[in-house]
Amino acid sequence: MKPVDVAQFALGSLRGSRARTLLMILAMSIGVASVVVLTGLGEGARRYVINQFSSLGSNLLIVFPGRTETAGFGPGMLLGQIPRELGLDDAQALLRSRAIGRIAPLTVGSSQISRDARNREVAVLGSTADLLEVRHMSLAQGQFLPAGDMRSSESVCVLGAKIKSELFGQTPAVGALVRLGDRRFRVIGVMAGQGESMGFNTDELVIVPVASAHILFNTSGLFRILVEAKSRDAVEQAKRDAEEILTRRHNGERDVTVITQDAVLATFDRILRALTLAIGGIAAISLAVAGILIMNVMLIAVSQRVREIGLLKALGAPAAQIRNLFFAEAILLSGIGSVAGLILGEIGTRVIAQIYPSLPVAAPWWAVLAAFGTALGTGILFSVWPARRAARLDPVMALARS
Amino acid sequence: MIQFEQVSRSFMVGDQQVAALRDIDLNIAAGDYVSIMGPSGSGKSTLLNLIGLLDRPSAGTYRLDGGNVTALDDARQAKVRSEKIGFVFQAFHLVPRLTAAMNIELPLILAGVPAAERKARVAQLLESYGLTDRADHRPDQLSGGQRQRVAIARATIMHPAVLLADEPTGNLDQATGKEVMNLLEQLVAQQVTLIVVTHDPAIGGRATRQLHMVDGQIVGEGKSPVKPGAENEAG
Repeated sequence: MKPVDVAQFALGSLRGSRARTLLMILAMSIGVASVVVLTGLGEGARRYVINQFSSLGSNLLIVFPGRTETAGFGPGMLLGQIPRELGLDDAQALLRSRAIGRIAPLTVGSSQISRDARNREVAVLGSTADLLEVRHMSLAQGQFLPAGDMRSSESVCVLGAKIKSELFGQTPAVGALVRLGDRRFRVIGVMAGQGESMGFNTDELVIVPVASAHILFNTSGLFRILVEAKSRDAVEQAKRDAEEILTRRHNGERDVTVITQDAVLATFDRILRALTLAIGGIAAISLAVAGILIMNVMLIAVSQRVREIGLLKALGAPAAQIRNLFFAEAILLSGIGSVAGLILGEIGTRVIAQIYPSLPVAAPWWAVLAAFGTALGTGILFSVWPARRAARLDPVMALARS
Repeated sequence: MIQFEQVSRSFMVGDQQVAALRDIDLNIAAGDYVSIMGPSGSGKSTLLNLIGLLDRPSAGTYRLDGGNVTALDDARQAKVRSEKIGFVFQAFHLVPRLTAAMNIELPLILAGVPAAERKARVAQLLESYGLTDRADHRPDQLSGGQRQRVAIARATIMHPAVLLADEPTGNLDQATGKEVMNLLEQLVAQQVTLIVVTHDPAIGGRATRQLHMVDGQIVGEGKSPVKPGAENEAG
């Protein structure tokens, strides 16, 4: 029997029981589609996070006080020691490294902001002029913090887009005065609305010079120092330099942690990839269920077509050929189901992309391949038993069955 | 052509062994027209199934065309069935989802005959059985006589040496049954060995060689003149 004829014969018998065939294809395609859509979502989440990190700037390092011990038990923990603060001098000192281009010290706090009768609680970020470049932020109106000595505590501020519209509505904000805590600040700029970025919603932020923030919150420490290496290749050098400079300044004690964006990125990448695999695996269970359904249907088909199998044997079909015919049916079922599932999954992915445009949903190629392969595989695997059963039928009994 | 030597076939029914055929010795020459008659349970269908290689004897040897076919494995037996043996059943056994033409084509498909040749042979056979205008009808759209004609066409399309018919007229009225028998007997004229199993003496009596079976044994053999129709006139 020629392969073309096997396929045609199998197709014919699938067409012979239309409702059952359609239901099987539906079950198979839902399995495949769910793998495609769910891994697409997982992959989308992963890409989203990576994009967010990239928006921070690709040469970014983050310095923060305290030494993160990944193993062991530091003496500081026993003594309840508070890590030494990072100060503005530390930040300034980092610029001595040839690998470091720009820095932006960060101080955060929250304060009451008011203008006339309107007031609200707001997160205040103290930084320097370079923050704009380091964080790739953009201004809508006016200008950013003045460049120059980071110790000068000018009473100027830059408003986030949402704060501006809440306090000023449509009226221009640049040049107006607002009260932050017990000090008055002149608005010199308004940030462009850009939404959430790594947990910092710049829309709801007020940015002031770092020295002003220190006075406002009566502190001298820094929450973070953002460091921008001169190039991507200089990132590692910048990290070593930053550690060395700060260790020397802190009497030889390494009490700061410097992380590169790459390290953070790699961690998130690993976590989210594992997550994608996990949900892909869960979705694959539905494929196994579809496989068992195929087995069930094939078993029913065998017992419904006992007479036909007997006839085929009488007409000279050996057992192997009967087995192949049923295999072909299962392969066709799962093949058509898989293709339908891929199409369904693609549609689902596009719908999600329409609903959440910021999420770059797309099933990774390996998941698509795996879904297709698993579907075909389970289809074939679960048809082994029915096909063997058909092949082993006794023709005399089969033909006598009414 | 067909040689049975001490062939027995027994079945297990529950824990009891029941002999369906006992020590059958039988020789059928090429081109013979044989009928096997007997009451139900006499073993005539079992004998036919053994001849058609649908069943294996419990003991004894079966030679077909001089070769021992008892010992062949499933695939080889299937090949012999495909090339040398045609079956006609009481219940027709047409595949319900296939058209008349496709049912006739089935043995050719299974044998791997190229599509172009298949079409030509099917068309020719449809023509000679007067089924050309029924080619695209499915079995449920055909009359009983037409169904059996399709089945005979299917049984003969591989040009078998042996044609086995198990109660071929059992589901047909008398007129149609006679028509079908005439059709089968025409094949004998083409040197096909025809073996008909029946419990109907009118049908069985048409054969040139008549075997009577009781309890798994051939108890008698009658002979008719070469022309079945001529017997009544002479007699």
